[in-house]
Amino acid sequence: MESDPRLVYALLAPLVGAGLVMATGKKPNLREAMSFIAACTLFGFVASLIPDVLAGKTVHYTVAQLIPADSAGFYQGLSFSLRADGLSMVFAVAASFLWMLAVFYAAGYMRGHHEANQTRFNTCFALALFGAVGGAFADNLLTLYFFYEVVSISTYPLVAHHQDKESYEGAQKYLVYLTTTAKALIFPAMVLIYVLSGTLDFASNVHSGILPTGVHNGLVITLYIACLLGFAKNGVMPFHSWLPSAMVAPTPVSALLHAVAVVKIGVFSTVRVMLYIFGTDTMARLDLGLPTACFVSLTILLGSVIALSKDNLKARLAYSTVSQLSYVILGVALLNPIGIEGGLFHIAAHAFSKITLFFCAGAIYVVTHKKNISEMGGLGRQMPWTFGAFAVAALSMIGAPPVAGFVSKLYMLVGSLEAHSYFILAVLIGSSLLNAAYFAPVVYHAFFGQPAAAAAHGADAHGHGHSAAHGHGHDDHHHGEAPLSMLIPLCITAAISVVIGIYPDLILQFVKGIAQ
Amino acid sequence: MKEHLLSVLIFAPLAAAAVAVAIPNERLLRWWALVSSLAIAVVSVPLYTGYVATQTGFQFIEHCSWIPSLKIDYHLGVDGISVLLILLTTLITPLCVLCSWKYISKRVKEFMVCLLVMESAMVGVFSALDLVLFFVFWEAMLIPMALLIGIWGGPRKIYAALKFFIYTMAGSVMLLVAIIALRLQVGSFSIPDLMAAGPGFGHGFQLWIFAAFALSFAIKVPMFPFHTWLPDAHVEAPTAGSVILASVLLKMGTYGFLRFCLPITPYAAHYFAPAILVMSVVAIIYGGFAALGQSDMKKLVAYSSVAHMGFATFGIFSFTQSGLEGATLVMINHGVTTGALFICVGILYERLHTRDLALAAGVGKFMPIFSVFLGLACLSSMAFPGTNSFIGEFLVLAGGFSVSKVLVACTIPGIVAAAAYNLRMLQKVCYGTPDNPDHTGTADLNVREILTLTPLAVFILWIGFQPQPFIDVMRTSLAHVLTQVAQ
Repeated sequence: MESDPRLVYALLAPLVGAGLVMATGKKPNLREAMSFIAACTLFGFVASLIPDVLAGKTVHYTVAQLIPADSAGFYQGLSFSLRADGLSMVFAVAASFLWMLAVFYAAGYMRGHHEANQTRFNTCFALALFGAVGGAFADNLLTLYFFYEVVSISTYPLVAHHQDKESYEGAQKYLVYLTTTAKALIFPAMVLIYVLSGTLDFASNVHSGILPTGVHNGLVITLYIACLLGFAKNGVMPFHSWLPSAMVAPTPVSALLHAVAVVKIGVFSTVRVMLYIFGTDTMARLDLGLPTACFVSLTILLGSVIALSKDNLKARLAYSTVSQLSYVILGVALLNPIGIEGGLFHIAAHAFSKITLFFCAGAIYVVTHKKNISEMGGLGRQMPWTFGAFAVAALSMIGAPPVAGFVSKLYMLVGSLEAHSYFILAVLIGSSLLNAAYFAPVVYHAFFGQPAAAAAHGADAHGHGHSAAHGHGHDDHHHGEAPLSMLIPLCITAAISVVIGIYPDLILQFVKGIAQ
Repeated sequence: MKEHLLSVLIFAPLAAAAVAVAIPNERLLRWWALVSSLAIAVVSVPLYTGYVATQTGFQFIEHCSWIPSLKIDYHLGVDGISVLLILLTTLITPLCVLCSWKYISKRVKEFMVCLLVMESAMVGVFSALDLVLFFVFWEAMLIPMALLIGIWGGPRKIYAALKFFIYTMAGSVMLLVAIIALRLQVGSFSIPDLMAAGPGFGHGFQLWIFAAFALSFAIKVPMFPFHTWLPDAHVEAPTAGSVILASVLLKMGTYGFLRFCLPITPYAAHYFAPAILVMSVVAIIYGGFAALGQSDMKKLVAYSSVAHMGFATFGIFSFTQSGLEGATLVMINHGVTTGALFICVGILYERLHTRDLALAAGVGKFMPIFSVFLGLACLSSMAFPGTNSFIGEFLVLAGGFSVSKVLVACTIPGIVAAAAYNLRMLQKVCYGTPDNPDHTGTADLNVREILTLTPLAVFILWIGFQPQPFIDVMRTSLAHVLTQVAQ
């Protein structure tokens, strides 16, 4: 075991960055520069860990020992400690890389939109990244829980950003769902796991888990269910509805946080606990794999069906996220190496593709003030790059080659065959069809639809509040593309979606060893 | 000085109070109270540094005869439990002086004298090793506290002061009866003697003694259903009164359980434990939901105290090492966190002249520094990981799980409610609603107020990330209590 302070330096980057953003709040350019420097520093440290992890090492660092091991030798104590292994790198690399792009995008969006309180926004953004990357690097359940809660609290101001009735209600729902599930399920489960196994440190491999074999099966299953539902940021139904409510946030928040940081720390935590607290052996022994996969299949299908019914683009994307997140859990629940690899790959694949979709939604909104898909007829001809990127990312969501989502779906399909579960196979195929059904019309409509005059009136009626507030948004004919600071990031993320679809080893190399 | 450190800590505040009586100038008085209480805080530090944590039994012992004919001694000493509580007391007192700087404008002299006398009595309670001496300090605290509420309190101060007085007095009477009964049985008032003799008592005798002690302590904690004096007292008391009440006075109840009930009447402690555990769970849930329903911030914090102290009694009566360690930590944490919360509410009241959440909504926008402190205190109160309360509640629940998984599961609504009422208060104060009252021009914290809150904030994070030094101090003493109660 190797102690490496780079893990702490990495986490200090967003934390110090948040402080610097606050200190330079009066000078917008300097403030954004601080955000960017923090993002680059974070990514730099994360990237510097890649060679070690690829060499098969697991990097550790203990920040603080809270409680020492007891003299009787059963309790091994509690600590705040960090680790970097293959699983953490998938999440950390994606989140820290996307933050760099999001800084630019957010600057463009927030200024283009004349949003207030941009300093608070940037500060909380950095803190949320601190939580997300910290969660990725957590070495035990206590540390993971800490960072998970940091993300909950620090994103509240982002969701409530507009400080109007709608955003307060959305933010309240957001906080109530996330803290209630964490407090009611994760906290007691964590204490009980500590009492049963004497430690909260994650196991060193995915097989053994940390629970001793003598524990009553019913108790293990109860703990498992508590963990599956308790990390409600994973969007698993029935505790998913905070996610659509959180869409009242400005689009950069929806993009980075609700496609990457927040929801991914949810699935990441779920997967981390499934594999490193319970372990595949215990899950196989108690036959928890397939029931879990079937349970989340429900979310996958229902999420897609609801997405189909939404005309608001962000709401459709939100339900798409609900649905897609469960793929990760499904893949891991197959409990065979290829399924687990597919599920973990999907953390990164979904991150890059979904952030592209949200970036596009934000770009469309900033330029045209349109939120609803039905109003976007013909827009693709005016914003070809934006809708081109949207189309690429949508293909990834559907699972078409050669975009990233194809690889994860392929792995999961093979995994479900290996697990001899034709039900899961059918779910994967069915949901791909559903994905196509709700994404294809958006793209088709944008490129081949007509900007009907009637639709334009409808747009005014819908976007009334914003049109009045900003005094523009009536021009339906000559939009052009969004500012470059928004356009370039979304093109980059779309391009990366393709690149990791063609060279999946860029991500897969992290997770390959995990499930062996 | 080490041999007489406890006496110094008891009598120095009294001496300071005596000097204060002679000071005519109010400004000078405030400074004198601050400087003297700070000096006492500094003097109390050797209590921590000089305490040998690995050693069982009492340290810093002072023993001389006081009333020989009745065998009443002047007998002082501390163990790992009381050391922390004394340090908490000496930490809180200067902060009380600071937070009353502007708030108390009438009868400043009497106020400062009351505070200093309180400090003396509180240190006395935690260090007395003779039951009569303990009782003297226990009662000595009552009068200045009732005065603090009754003179400098809010509109219903007389009612609240009287209620506080009657409740506590009723408990004290039972305490006195138990003390006399023990004297008749053992022939000594010495607490170590009683601890040694305790396991030999008949079961019936133990049950009566326990009941008398427990009633007195349960009122002080306060445990459900003896808690009704607390919200009134808190709401009416001035900020400093609320802080002392929450931070130190309530701890005397749980301290009493640890010091007397468990070692002296171990059989009865086991006998009554299930009932007390259930009452603790009720307190946790009831306190949490009652707090959730409050619009008055002081009441909210008062009910949260009921819930937090429920965790303390829950941990104590789990009779496990981690439960006891957790409970003692909860006692310290609650002193720090609730102290900070009351000071925050007091600061708001000085500016807005209201404690109503709806009227204070959105004031955080104009008070960013204040919001940071309030946020930290609220997170601590909801047991956010990385703050002091988290580790306390974690240990209590870990101890509880080894006793009854069902009971711990029953506390979950209370845990959730804690998150809800704290975040609700934080949300209201910092954000509010789209149409907040106009708070333009409300001043942020001044240096004095920042200095008042900073030590508490430091302890919130210090215990949160580095609880080991605190647990180390109490570990051996609590393990000893466990062996006593196992007899």
